[in-house]
Amino acid sequence: MTDENKIVIRDLNLWYGDKRALIDNNMDIRENKVTAIIGPSGCGKSTFIRCLNRMNDPVEGVRVTGEVRIDSKNIYDKDVDVVALRKKVGMLFQKPNPFPMSIYDNVAYGPRIHCTRDKKKLREIVEESLRNATLWEEVSDRLDKSALDLSGGQQQRLCIARTLAVKPEIILFDEPCSALDPISTGKIEDLIHELKREYTIVIVTHNMQQAARVSDYTAYFLLGKMIEFGKTKELFENPKEKETEDYITGRFG
Amino acid sequence: MEGLDRMDAKVTDKLGKAGLWLSALFIILTLLAVLGYILIRGIGVMSLGFVFEMPRNNWREGGIFPAIIGSLIVVGIALLFSTPIGVGAAVYLTEFTREGRSTKAIRIAADSLNAVPSIVFGLFGLALFVFYLKDFTGGPSLLSAGLTLGFMILPTIIRTSEVSMRTIPFGEKMESYGLGATKLQTIWNIVLPGAIPGIVTGIILGLGRAIGETAPIIFMVSLNPIIPKSILGSGNTLTTQLYFLAMEGISMDVAFGTALTLILIILTLNYSARRLNRYLSRNLKR
Ligand SMILES: Nc1ncnc2c1ncn2[C@@H]1O[C@H](COP(=O)(O)OP(=O)(O)OP(=O)(O)O)[C@@H](O)[C@H]1O
Ligand SMILES: [Mg+2]
Repeated sequence: MTDENKIVIRDLNLWYGDKRALIDNNMDIRENKVTAIIGPSGCGKSTFIRCLNRMNDPVEGVRVTGEVRIDSKNIYDKDVDVVALRKKVGMLFQKPNPFPMSIYDNVAYGPRIHCTRDKKKLREIVEESLRNATLWEEVSDRLDKSALDLSGGQQQRLCIARTLAVKPEIILFDEPCSALDPISTGKIEDLIHELKREYTIVIVTHNMQQAARVSDYTAYFLLGKMIEFGKTKELFENPKEKETEDYITGRFG
Repeated sequence: MEGLDRMDAKVTDKLGKAGLWLSALFIILTLLAVLGYILIRGIGVMSLGFVFEMPRNNWREGGIFPAIIGSLIVVGIALLFSTPIGVGAAVYLTEFTREGRSTKAIRIAADSLNAVPSIVFGLFGLALFVFYLKDFTGGPSLLSAGLTLGFMILPTIIRTSEVSMRTIPFGEKMESYGLGATKLQTIWNIVLPGAIPGIVTGIILGLGRAIGETAPIIFMVSLNPIIPKSILGSGNTLTTQLYFLAMEGISMDVAFGTALTLILIILTLNYSARRLNRYLSRNLKR
């Protein structure tokens, strides 16, 4: 385990047209740790993590200033290969969107694009990814069935497997459990715990117990601005800022 | 008073229902009558020879093979021309442009083209393909006829493809980008497969219209039965032959036989396209 900064964010601003959605944000995200982003609805959590793999690019009218350095390289530099970036920084969405294909083809989607069409190798990658996403046992006998027939929790783990299959270094989760029941949520949380051995993880969540359970560091956002950032335990037990305390006690109280 | 009103309402309701029922019945009966009449009048001349032989003795013997071949070739050319262009335009409209004045203009253009009378397309095709591009199309050839029909059905294919591409969830595209796919890879792997049912529907509609039109190609095809030697050469089609046979009063039996053949071909092509559609969507969404 290292204690290096995997992602360094400096003076990050983002505008949707005229509307400023992120204001002068700075943050250091450590390697092989889970960093949680919390804050009220509309404060810019999703916007913020989408900046980490430039998923805001396809949105119309977006303008970004500042730096996001991953392994010391600013991903907003002109010479950055966005495709390679997204391969390195995978993303999971609030609502899982399995492609309307078989379970197998879903997981094989990324590898087919990036590295191999070799059948045997693909099989290995698919199995390994599904195992690491703790879905293998449940689907190994129906890999050729449509992914759309899986339950919501299974779909979310399938999407995780699909992301793992392109072998990223960082995984961004945007409220991955908000549509899931407690049991599926527990499975995803256990999985995140496993994944942090090999990956750097950033997770947006509305659920503060969840942030407390899964994360090592937590950042609190309000109106597009990061108010407080620190070790999860300290932030929850001893918030330094009044806004953070109000939010945490308001929710817990 | 109240009782009377209720009675009135009941009677009106009944009358309304009866009216709707009658108009539905009327439509079905008309359709059956047309199809039935053509079937009865046309079935007499139907035979293998009618489908596979050249006409002889001024249509009194033999069959209508040249027109069947001509129709299939012309429609084939129309689809080969308009499908890639139409689907390409739809991809451009949905994936490469922002909603704005230019997309609106393209859409209005496509819709207006759809409303242009087919004889006007014929005139346009005559000017462009038969005269202006003569060296390339061979003048009044099957190629000119096919391209003219292709232009005519282009708006249909663009609009149906576009509508079905818009139904692809934004989330699916985002996830594809998130896995490191490029825009083209996303279009190829996610957008196009998902839009196939709509594209095939557009092709079916276009095909039905193309094979049934006479006016746009009347300037380009021969009225005499010729086995086409190449697409740059002359040929005739079922619709133009039908027109000719009926106008000149040569043989009403053969005319009805031609009509029946045309209807059977349209039904067969529709059925196969639907089968293909089901096959493709099943195999792409395995
Ligand atoms: N595509 C967009 N165009 C314009 N404004 C946007 C767009 N996406 C988000 N916004 C605005 O930016 C702000 C931040 O939105 P964002 O989705 O990042 O919030 P969030 O913290 O993730 O909220 P939630 O917890 O509800 O998911 C909001 O005010 C939102 O209305
Ligand atoms: Mg959000």
